[in-house]
Amino acid sequence: MIEEKFDAIVVGAGMSGNAAAYTMASQGLNVLQLERGEYPGSKNVQGAIMYANMLEKIIPDFRDDAPLERHLVEQRLWIMDDTSHTGIHYRSDDFNEAKPNRYTIIRAQFDKWFSRKVREAGATVLCETTVTELVRDTKDKVIGVRTDRTGGEILADVVVLAEGVSGLLGTRARLREMPKPKSVALAVKEMHFLPEEVIEQRFGLKAGEGCVIEAVGTISRSMAGLGFLYTNKESISLGIGCLVSDFASMMESPYVILDALKSHPSIRPLIAGSEVKEYAAHLIPEGGYKAIPQLFGDGWVVVGDAAQLNNAVHREGSNLAMTSGRIAAEAIVQVKSRTRPMTKQNLALYKTMLEKSFVIKDLKKYKDMPALLHTNSQNFFTTYPQLMSQAAQNFMRVDGTPKIDKEKATTAAFIKARSRWGLVSDVVRLAFAWR
Amino acid sequence: MTIAASRIEEKLYQNRYLVDSGRPHIKVRPHQKPSSNLLALTRVCPAQCYELTDEGQVEIIADGCMECGTCRVLCEASGEIEWNYPRGGFGVLFKFG
Ligand SMILES: Cc1cc2nc3c(=O)[nH]c(=O)nc-3n(C[C@H](O)[C@H](O)[C@H](O)COP(=O)(O)OP(=O)(O)OC[C@H]3O[C@@H](n4cnc5c(N)ncnc54)[C@H](O)[C@@H]3O)c2cc1C
Ligand code: SF4
Repeated sequence: MIEEKFDAIVVGAGMSGNAAAYTMASQGLNVLQLERGEYPGSKNVQGAIMYANMLEKIIPDFRDDAPLERHLVEQRLWIMDDTSHTGIHYRSDDFNEAKPNRYTIIRAQFDKWFSRKVREAGATVLCETTVTELVRDTKDKVIGVRTDRTGGEILADVVVLAEGVSGLLGTRARLREMPKPKSVALAVKEMHFLPEEVIEQRFGLKAGEGCVIEAVGTISRSMAGLGFLYTNKESISLGIGCLVSDFASMMESPYVILDALKSHPSIRPLIAGSEVKEYAAHLIPEGGYKAIPQLFGDGWVVVGDAAQLNNAVHREGSNLAMTSGRIAAEAIVQVKSRTRPMTKQNLALYKTMLEKSFVIKDLKKYKDMPALLHTNSQNFFTTYPQLMSQAAQNFMRVDGTPKIDKEKATTAAFIKARSRWGLVSDVVRLAFAWR
Repeated sequence: MTIAASRIEEKLYQNRYLVDSGRPHIKVRPHQKPSSNLLALTRVCPAQCYELTDEGQVEIIADGCMECGTCRVLCEASGEIEWNYPRGGFGVLFKFG
């Protein structure tokens, strides 16, 4: 039983929780952080691309000792059918800069490092502790938590819910709804180990440089989904995620589509000879702006994936998690420094500050994207990728057909598959959702 | 089905778990006939924890569970399953994640 009362309790030691706990502890608040895993990171799964800018705002000199895998110099976007891929590749030597912009990381290792920083900043971190319930006073204000460890309650002025996408505590306390099957994706991922030099040869990289591939197409079997392949120092993260609602209605098996991705002729040679050391699964929030729940209340705030702060279009999540964690912490520090109570009214500052950041602005920009992709998944994830592959092959294959006939055939294939009106309306709707 | 089942075991074999014996964190409530979502879990659960019995009911053995929460999103609201986190420290322990 912990008798002392804390300034803040942070539930969860993932990206958002660590950002929040670190920020508050380094501003002198008395912080308790609770994590259900054996060690921070033991429950967490990410691709994982980490965006330096958002971590720099929390720990400016993180490059000195953070476990970083490779800095990214190349990104490939692939549209795949069953036998081919059409791609846009962007590689630039500009990404070989003194302070690179994006890195691959391995979450279990990264989270342990981040947690060490949180402890060094002065927070108390307790692992192997599942928070089971929020404690409220007679006026319904959140005043602390109950865990599966101590018999009693642990009290604090404010509870930061950094509990990740499932968000059991918040949903059970009716602070927000449970994620809907159509607003979360299930991703499965494997870690393929290969010698460092082999990875560098296969992707044409110099030591320390990294390359990532994001892929859409028939690999997701008409479900709204995305495959990814990221290079780490001595391993390749390979995975695929699709909407839970699509998995359920199509009765697809995630590991079966992962195995199919692994044996795709464009992917197989990249992972050939690797040793697989882990298979993981995790949800990703995909509902976007319209799925963001109430972010604060009497005695509590919610940050990161638990608040659905995830930009599915750009595959960004950890940076929104870190930023929302940091901003919530800064808001709490401000409320405390004015010696105000942690009421709903005062904690509204968190939302005001978050709205000024890229987090809410980016999610707002793409607010119509989830609905568009989800209702048209057959077209966007199967029909167009197939048409694109056929068009590319038609363009490249030299077989004596006059070029004018080839172009006509490609145009006819698009019209046959989607009709003139369908094509125009897809383009218009996509443009509106993107703008 | 059997081919897929043997492959999932190979995958899960690479993972680290600390199973809280005798305290399963997910339970399927007794039912006559599974709903379409509950039935879908026999395919959709990434660890293939859910199985359809010969009697046409869905059962769970949660030892290989990766705590992704997919089954909760699909079946908790209808009351067909009861879902909790394992006790602190137990369950899946990702080495890489
Ligand atoms: C396959 C995959 C690939 C991804 N790729 C990328 C990528 O490349 N780049 C990117 O930026 N983002 C990516 N994301 C998204 C990113 O991982 C998340 O947005 C980010 O981890 C969210 O951080 P968080 O702190 O909100 O939640 P999490 O990191 O999930 O942390 C939540 C923590 O809370 C703990 N917890 C939960 N409930 C309790 C409780 N009751 N008691 C105690 N502890 C509790 C959990 O154990 C966990 O440690 C990816 C996600 C997945 C699944
Ligand atoms: S939480 Fe995920 S892995 Fe565990 S039983 Fe449910 S669907 Fe399967």
